[in-house]
Amino acid sequence: MKRLALLALCCLPAAAQELRSGFEDMARETQALQREDATNPAMLWVQEGEALWSSPAGANAQSCASCHGAAETSMRGVAARYPAWDEASAAPTDLAGRIAQCRTERQGAPPLERESPGLLALSAYVGLQSRGVAISPPADPRLAPAMSQGAALYAERRGQLDLSCAQCHDDNAGRRLAGSTIPQAHPTGYPLYRLEWQGLGSLQRRLRGCMTGVRAEPFRYGAPEYIAIEAFLMGRATGMAMETPAVRP
Amino acid sequence: MARVLINIPREIRAGETIAIRTLIQHAMESGYRPGADGNVVPRDILRRFTARFDDEVVFAAEFSPAIAANPFLSFTMNVVAGGTLTLRWEGDNGFDQTETRRITVA
Ligand code: HEC
Ligand code: HEC
Repeated sequence: MKRLALLALCCLPAAAQELRSGFEDMARETQALQREDATNPAMLWVQEGEALWSSPAGANAQSCASCHGAAETSMRGVAARYPAWDEASAAPTDLAGRIAQCRTERQGAPPLERESPGLLALSAYVGLQSRGVAISPPADPRLAPAMSQGAALYAERRGQLDLSCAQCHDDNAGRRLAGSTIPQAHPTGYPLYRLEWQGLGSLQRRLRGCMTGVRAEPFRYGAPEYIAIEAFLMGRATGMAMETPAVRP
Repeated sequence: MARVLINIPREIRAGETIAIRTLIQHAMESGYRPGADGNVVPRDILRRFTARFDDEVVFAAEFSPAIAANPFLSFTMNVVAGGTLTLRWEGDNGFDQTETRRITVA
């Protein structure tokens, strides 16, 4: 009887398992890098973001701080409730998209491209203000279609290897794929410093990696499909603590 | 200017041996890697790190192309009295950056 119960436990999909951050699957040394700000290389980008936050730019020479004040208070908890609905484009947007929009539309400054050092730095700085905050997607019915699109994309087989995200991250989470432990794929730490990248990268860059890994065509940066997957992943990770800026192998 | 993180213990007693930890933003391009266009990306690495406490060299390191980007260094030094810690990174393409921090003892 007992053995049967154990067997059943080992085969539950990740959704029914305890939520487990990719942090738990890392080597002790990599965990140590993330644990301390003095050794976390992502803090170099945070420093850059902090400087950008208060540098005037654009026609009116305003900085992010001119409108938002201290990020420690105005941006606390913000990253934990994105993607969110964007009235202007009548579509869901992620945090990087919102920051880029504020920069061009409100600050009137030159645009920051996806994955550019400036946008990554600002996203890391704003994200840091939510470290430890529980992920809580907005209860906005307008986001529901994106969340279900994300769920469908997550379950869909793709690429020459014909694998879905779920086949790796739900059915085989905790098992090994070559040198790596397959994590449950929680978006808790982005943007993060990946040792393989030797730099900071967004969740979209991570998803790109997983797609090219199964030899599928990745979406372009900023594509609604990525926002939909993020909305689904954030919903799935509800209640988990934000770790931004994390470190991953 | 490259971004730098320098971690120095907050409270130091005279005679104490302390650990200094630093990180600097640098690509450490090895000179062996092909770029997106197929051509080898020219080498661009840090070559030397020197730490001075007042005028005395307390730690130095030579870097090689196999060292990861954004190199992290940790070293210890004995602090008898307060002074100025000067950290200098030198590298390819004229890279030369110096950071100084006051160290006071309780
Ligand atoms: C001219 C004023 C102004 C400037 C400059 C500005 N913002 Fe904003 N920002 C706003 C307003 C207004 C909102 C919308 C607030 C709301 O919807 O509650 C906003 C919203 C945001 C949000 C979403 C907040 C949330 O609760 O969802 C983020 C993140 C943000 N801004 C980041 C930035 C960053 C980073 C910069 C600098 C690059 C910046 N902003 C510059 C006015 C500004
Ligand atoms: C073939 C198996 C496989 C498939 C299919 C796959 N991934 Fe991954 N994924 C991995 C592995 C392995 C890692 C961890 C890599 C590492 O640590 O180096 C990972 C990492 C991740 C992470 C990072 C988690 C963290 O802790 O930061 C996310 C998010 C993610 N995948 C989402 C997805 C999504 C969404 C899809 C579908 C579009 C997908 N993956 C498809 C194997 C897969």
